[in-house]
Amino acid sequence: MSTALATDTTFLAQREFHPFEAGGETFLYLVPSAAVFHLDEASLAVLRTLEAGAASENDIVAALAPRFGEDTVRRSLAELMRVQAIGLTTAPKETFPRVLPQADFPLTTMVLNVTNKCNLACTYCYEYGEDKIVDTTCDPAPNYMSEETARKSVDFMFEQSGDLPVAHLTFFGGETLLNFKVLRKTAAYARERAKELGKDVDFSLTTNGTLLRDEVIDWLADNRIGVTVSIDGPKEMQNRFRVFKNGMGSYDYAMPKIKRLLERHRTRPIGARVTLTRQTLDVSRIFHHLRNEIGFWEVGFAPVTTADGRGYAIEDTGFDRMLGQFQELAREFLDFAVEDKHHGFSNVKDTIEEIHKGVSKAFPCGAGLGLMGVATDGEVALCHRFAGSDDHSIGSVDTGLDRKRQFEFLGHHHVANKTDCSTCWARPLCAGGCYHEAHVRYGDTGVANLHYCDWIRSWTNTCLEVYGEIAVRNPGYLEQFES
Amino acid sequence: MDHLKAINQKARRIQEHVAPGVPGEVAASPVAANGDADLDVVALESSPDRSGPHIPLGCSLVFAPGWEVDSTGGTAGLCQPVERDLFDCHLACFWPAHVPDQLNHAPDWTGKCAAAQKDWRKIDLIFP
Repeated sequence: MSTALATDTTFLAQREFHPFEAGGETFLYLVPSAAVFHLDEASLAVLRTLEAGAASENDIVAALAPRFGEDTVRRSLAELMRVQAIGLTTAPKETFPRVLPQADFPLTTMVLNVTNKCNLACTYCYEYGEDKIVDTTCDPAPNYMSEETARKSVDFMFEQSGDLPVAHLTFFGGETLLNFKVLRKTAAYARERAKELGKDVDFSLTTNGTLLRDEVIDWLADNRIGVTVSIDGPKEMQNRFRVFKNGMGSYDYAMPKIKRLLERHRTRPIGARVTLTRQTLDVSRIFHHLRNEIGFWEVGFAPVTTADGRGYAIEDTGFDRMLGQFQELAREFLDFAVEDKHHGFSNVKDTIEEIHKGVSKAFPCGAGLGLMGVATDGEVALCHRFAGSDDHSIGSVDTGLDRKRQFEFLGHHHVANKTDCSTCWARPLCAGGCYHEAHVRYGDTGVANLHYCDWIRSWTNTCLEVYGEIAVRNPGYLEQFES
Repeated sequence: MDHLKAINQKARRIQEHVAPGVPGEVAASPVAANGDADLDVVALESSPDRSGPHIPLGCSLVFAPGWEVDSTGGTAGLCQPVERDLFDCHLACFWPAHVPDQLNHAPDWTGKCAAAQKDWRKIDLIFP
């Protein structure tokens, strides 16, 4: 080909992107590359010209040359084409390549379910509540992980971590601290093994806070264990669902212990993880209580995982309300970020980090790939939420990973298989959403979580706006996300 | 690049990849700037500079045989089950697919097939 080919017969059209405005400027979020570009006036005008449909290069130039000059318009067209914001109509539509990771993809994080028992009886619990996957009371698997299984799990983790210099081990439950004895020994064993292997190991755990005795707190602090506390907010919200088996709320029991933890454990930032329900949907009040009054370093929110129609499920109007409150907190986050201050709303910070890196996901999360969960009997599951489920097992710490099952799962769950996601601009970040949520909602881990698509798109747009405004007003803030 | 400014890390990587030179070095015509590959005949060919997995590109426009074989002479890289392409083929193809008479004999032939890409398995078999 040569430039002699008549460009009047060559039509250009918009490709896939999501434009957004922030700080008085216009940006493009390109799909599926997840690149963010700032547009100048000429390139914005070019894109607007193509809003009505495809046009030839010469038509675009003719329309815009009086405003910007021919040379500027052609250069702008060329740049937009190079980043694939626009393209030739004759070019094939880019399909999302269904590339599977290599077979020896290293394990980054292993979640060890040291027990499936809990001393609380939270109504909405995905492990014990109406939507449970595994019937732990009838299951032959032990309620508490043995020391031996835990050691084997640690060996499995290091073996699967390949050449990575650091392995992350997360203790989970049930209520994790019910098996404190094994937990403590396992951490010591993992340290020992890491030393032998010349690696580092990093620990974290999730707890409901009710069993934080002084001895436990000291151990957590001395061993630099990252702690996340599951807590739903001020007293009346915490006590609404997070109750003991006799129905008594857990706030008064857990809070003094949590305060002692925050006071004593200064070696790692401590986060709160809030489950939002229809009845406890006051994001801003929960955030300020946990962050400012109690003193958590970070607070993250997740809507309750539930089948449709449960009493605590967030209904459609609730999602709108939740979005409004998230947006309010996101604006607060922005004000802090502009002044280089820490805010603590982890949902927005995590998303901004992904936006800055330009993450474009083939899978919604690392489950079954860089992250795996181990059940009390040593069965390896996709993640901690599927621990103990035979249908979602991908091996065992005794016999190793079942690579065939793992790759069947990955092949089946690639975002390229999710037809519903193929036209959504938010798919580089969402990729269809949580497998467990999809399983509970639709009975199929491979289905995109269609019930919250609008919410995800609106929230992603908000995060893009916050990101863009930080990029305009305090770009230095974003350097912390560059590794 | 003068008109687009890379903001995030991915954008910077793309910029380095597509425009490694100094700003302003972009060719005068965007079509020319994108080289041979973009104006080449798009059929069962892959662009020479495109690495990665083989991606089927659909029917051949000018070559015979058309979709009977893929670019390697086999059938593995065809544009997926032919049923998926049925709508394109019977509406717009230069060699239209033969489909049931939807006006008289089988009006609901595709009734259960809302989106061919997903639901092609639901297209009914029709017997005269």
